Amino acid sequence: MADDKDVLRDVWFGRIPTCFTLNQDEVTEREAEPYYLLLPRVSYLTLVTDKVKKHFLKVMKADDVEEMWFEYEGTPLKWHYPIGVLFDFHASNTVLPWSITVHFKNFPDRDLLHCPSSSVVEAHFMSCIKEADALKHKGQVINDMQKKDHKQLWMGLQNDKFDQFWAMNRKLMECSTEEGGFRYIPFRIYQTMIERPFIQKLFRPVSPEGTVHSLGDLLKEVYPAALPSDGKQKHFQVVIHGIEPLLETPLQWLSEHLSHPDNFLHICITPVPSD
Amino acid sequence: MSDNAESPAELQKEEPQPAPEDSTTNDQKKKIDLLLKAVGDTPIMKQKKWAVERGRTVQSLSQFISRFLKLDAGEQLFIYVNQSFAPSPDQDVGVLFDCFGSDGKLVLHYCKSQAWG
Repeated sequence: MADDKDVLRDVWFGRIPTCFTLNQDEVTEREAEPYYLLLPRVSYLTLVTDKVKKHFLKVMKADDVEEMWFEYEGTPLKWHYPIGVLFDFHASNTVLPWSITVHFKNFPDRDLLHCPSSSVVEAHFMSCIKEADALKHKGQVINDMQKKDHKQLWMGLQNDKFDQFWAMNRKLMECSTEEGGFRYIPFRIYQTMIERPFIQKLFRPVSPEGTVHSLGDLLKEVYPAALPSDGKQKHFQVVIHGIEPLLETPLQWLSEHLSHPDNFLHICITPVPSD
Repeated sequence: MSDNAESPAELQKEEPQPAPEDSTTNDQKKKIDLLLKAVGDTPIMKQKKWAVERGRTVQSLSQFISRFLKLDAGEQLFIYVNQSFAPSPDQDVGVLFDCFGSDGKLVLHYCKSQAWG
């Protein structure tokens, strides 16, 4: 299945052209030029923005600098969600480059987690992988790995090394052929209707009768409002990695191929643009 | 004693209520049953079982435990599910209950140092 392997590469190397602009209220010694960067969809904001920070610090006094954080059109961006999820959820219908505002003051404690160093990102990332494996294999695969294997997953992501990451991650994607999939599919659904960070429930890739569950089956069960009703106009887009997969796509396949490196399938449900 | 402990009155308003004996398990219920277990040399809580709002975050739960145990402001508290992973601080306990609860309750371990990975 050579084609399917290409999908993994396409997902890994997905990039979002982004323009970082300094918040107007920051005190600078001279004018701050915007900074352009191609952001990897599968990474985390605080992991790939060292250059952005350096760029803006050149025009600021050390005294005026607190923890850096990012905002898009008034919404603080959660660094602990993958970049692609932030873009698909908040900005999928925007004109590129994605315009992100950089702040060094007034950290919004209520909205964002602090991220003093990359080790915080690492801890978060590994916890997500463990949580996902608890759902997929009762945690057996990740627990059987050694410390250096865990490190390999993290270093693969941190250094953008596809082969290094996948040499280890493929073990997390294995499942017995007789079961036809994972125990449960690790997924998170982001939506604007209910005021919760995301929807996450137990959902099996195959029904008790042996029917393969599709993306549509999952939505019907956990978030039916996202599905178009017969003959009516579509109100929502169901987006994974910037595309709208067919609702008939088997969930197990999506989980194996379109999950983020944290091993969760992140699904964004956004209103269809009205124009 | 930590200086930043809140007044008892304020604490009581905020703190999770003890679970009633006849609590039934139900998906739609607003509260879930939680069993809190200490790891290593972290102090235990006499009351282990609590009924907690589904929408309560891991962070607010962790703050509650820290206050309850009168930890110093500088002391960290780690919370674990399945004795394996630390859920993200902004995660709802309701989600954790749905995915990792068993026998009608969610077991969480808490620890002053990193216990698992």
